Amino acid sequence: MYDLIIIGAGPAGITATVYAARKKMDFLVISGDIGGQAAWSGDIENYTGYQFITGPELASKFEEHMRKYGVAMKEPESVLDLKKVDDKVVVKTDKGQYESKTVIIASGKRSRELSVPGEKEFKNKGLTYCATCDGPLFAGRDVAVIGGGNSALDAVLQLMKIARRIYLINIVSHLTGDPVMIEKVHESEIVTVMNNARVLEITGDGMVSGIKVRCDGEEKALPVGGIFVEIGLIPNSHFATDIEKNALGEIKVDCHNRTNIPGIFAAGDVTDVPEKQIIIAAGEGSKASLAAFKYLNQRR
Amino acid sequence: MNKKVKVYSTPTCPFCIRAKQFLKESAVSFEDIDVSVNQEAAQEMIKRSGQMGVPVIDIEGELIVGFDKDKIKRSLGL
Repeated sequence: MYDLIIIGAGPAGITATVYAARKKMDFLVISGDIGGQAAWSGDIENYTGYQFITGPELASKFEEHMRKYGVAMKEPESVLDLKKVDDKVVVKTDKGQYESKTVIIASGKRSRELSVPGEKEFKNKGLTYCATCDGPLFAGRDVAVIGGGNSALDAVLQLMKIARRIYLINIVSHLTGDPVMIEKVHESEIVTVMNNARVLEITGDGMVSGIKVRCDGEEKALPVGGIFVEIGLIPNSHFATDIEKNALGEIKVDCHNRTNIPGIFAAGDVTDVPEKQIIIAAGEGSKASLAAFKYLNQRR
Repeated sequence: MNKKVKVYSTPTCPFCIRAKQFLKESAVSFEDIDVSVNQEAAQEMIKRSGQMGVPVIDIEGELIVGFDKDKIKRSLGL
């Protein structure tokens, strides 16, 4: 039985790992990936100590720091279930089962899906959730970006350099991202902003060839060869069935990162902590690790 | 015998970076094809894999879509 299992290896999970290693706890990390959302970020200019660094670079710095301690790691592995049984926590994954005295859930968030017909069928077949990754494959095409916040605007700004025409499909009455970005989008001749527009269906034959939208009460079929979904994030908290969450599905924690179940802690974007920032997630990860350490000491 | 490995990638995609890092750590030499600048290779990748996500890893003609570490290991016998 481990002292601690850390679920997730983004900024929160990795920082928890560093602290756990320095406290010489006997622990295991279980994660689907390394770096989490930080690895998907573009340019980062608000992580103290780095005036400028890209997401992938910062993520690899985190990983390097963690690896220095030679941590036990299961990756890629997905947690399916988590139960407190007597004094231990039983963690079930797609590959095995592990027991630990404490757990830190730092599983982060993932892209929200549209939930419309055609979305699953055309995923990676013209429909993508990562403009940063797959954007360059859509050079010279007509594309649609779904969303109206910063991530959607960021996708439009990237695609403006390579796409032929961009439809920005926004469900509310105005764009909600940073004014600097909105201005650039409005100035572009190849971008058509559609407000009050709801996606009805993704269409195609093998690959995406169009999107059906209801805009101002009127149904429109737009011929596009690419669709970028940028409509926000949802927490990866589905496996934590016994743990208290808020209406958004975020795990509720107190200021010591404790959940409603003793011995189970949570940190970072998967929690209801205000503001989702890399530096906050990292700080929360260290707090959670120290809280788990104290919890173990009180029981020795 | 060493298998011929190609990685279709973009410079900004984290899973491409991870995949290439993994191959390097495993001492597997590979050809890195940047589909963000090579349109011909991009079209070839889309046609062969039937999808538009990167990375696509070609191991001696066997295509692996995404950074699927277990599949890569199996295919390379690591």
